[in-house]
Amino acid sequence: MGVTEEVQGVRPPLGMLAELTHRCPLHCPYCSNPVELVTRERELGTEEWCSVLDQARDLGVLQVHLSGGEPLARPDLPELVTRASGLGCYVSLVTSGLGLTEARLADLVDRGLAHVQLSVQGADAARANLLAGAKAHDHKLTAAALVKRFELPLSVNVVLHRANHDQLEGMIALAERMGADRLELANTQFYGWALRNRDALLPTREQLAAAEPVVRAAIERLKGSMQVVYVLSDYYEQYPKPCMSGWGAQQLTVAPDGTVLPCPAATAITTLPLENVRERPLAEIWYDSESFNAYRGEDWMREPCRTCERRTVDFGGCRCQAFQLTGDAAATDPVCRRSPDRGLVDVLLEPPHGSGEFVMRGVR
Amino acid sequence: MTPRLRCGVRLTYDRTRQTHVLLFPEGVLVPNATAAAVLELCDGERTVPDIAAALGERYAGVREGDVGDVLARLVDRQVVEWA
Repeated sequence: MGVTEEVQGVRPPLGMLAELTHRCPLHCPYCSNPVELVTRERELGTEEWCSVLDQARDLGVLQVHLSGGEPLARPDLPELVTRASGLGCYVSLVTSGLGLTEARLADLVDRGLAHVQLSVQGADAARANLLAGAKAHDHKLTAAALVKRFELPLSVNVVLHRANHDQLEGMIALAERMGADRLELANTQFYGWALRNRDALLPTREQLAAAEPVVRAAIERLKGSMQVVYVLSDYYEQYPKPCMSGWGAQQLTVAPDGTVLPCPAATAITTLPLENVRERPLAEIWYDSESFNAYRGEDWMREPCRTCERRTVDFGGCRCQAFQLTGDAAATDPVCRRSPDRGLVDVLLEPPHGSGEFVMRGVR
Repeated sequence: MTPRLRCGVRLTYDRTRQTHVLLFPEGVLVPNATAAAVLELCDGERTVPDIAAALGERYAGVREGDVGDVLARLVDRQVVEWA
């Protein structure tokens, strides 16, 4: 006997990534936010975010990820948590941990915060602070302990790249010490600022080969206590990732200025006419906008996707990546071995790799 | 042995989809009517026979074995644990 229902047809969104601000105390070189950040003056106000949350719940959103930048930089964060949880949403805080004091967390928990996702840059303070561009590591240890003390589920998110792959085992051990319920080990995906640093951040084939048994062993060993999720380095794969589980299928992102994105990286597609909650209701944008309908379903696909048996598995891969690498957002994701543009990816994988020097994310 | 929702798992009714939903970090499960009825009784206090008896007052033909079956699947999905 099964325990779940299959949902058919065009679906309302399940999740919303609410990027409350682009302001952030960290300067990670792998940041996937756009190169051009939204300034504080252009951020949505409290009433506007409350309206976005109301509209999102009406539309069907159940998971709300309060993210950024650093969402704790918004003084109205407690109010937004109250609103989202009051609507019945499952509210996650996606944070660097900086600024998460006991008093602030106690208040957020009181207001219905359900889950905290904490970023970790390295296994020890020296490396982690170097990669974060800030004295952040010790704050993260404190933040993790607080989350556990308040008995909230804790997810630890690690972005993997050439400059921290060697600490993989140490970072898994750190997540265990933190008491994480879930650990995401995500190889860098190259969007926004990270794309600028691709030469320096792209892991080597040797690093990925070394990581594979370590991750496999951790998944097995920690089964039942810590869920370990590994996100592949898609450039090295044969087939693309099933990006966003399909365009406009399950998730939407609202950028700090109210721009509504079918994918967090969608501002990369400069040909896409994006819409804003300041000008149009969220439901209309989800169902009727050109941007959300552009790559929904399969009608937009060309060969080799159109007749490919994998089109229902990976949905043609990532539209943003297709645009970034080929200039055409409707092209097959060039990661795919069946893409005529696969050569664009292959050339990046060949040694010699870059110097390994990356540019930290600036303040602006 | 009394089943309860795992830490961070919430059962709620979604009026948009007119169904119960299980919410947890990075996930949503839509339980079918049977599973939802069982989940509503997973409070860490009731035993499987208690749950079967409570369901028996509302539905005909509830068997303890079936309730245990549903619970085993929910434990597999890591949304329910034994207290």
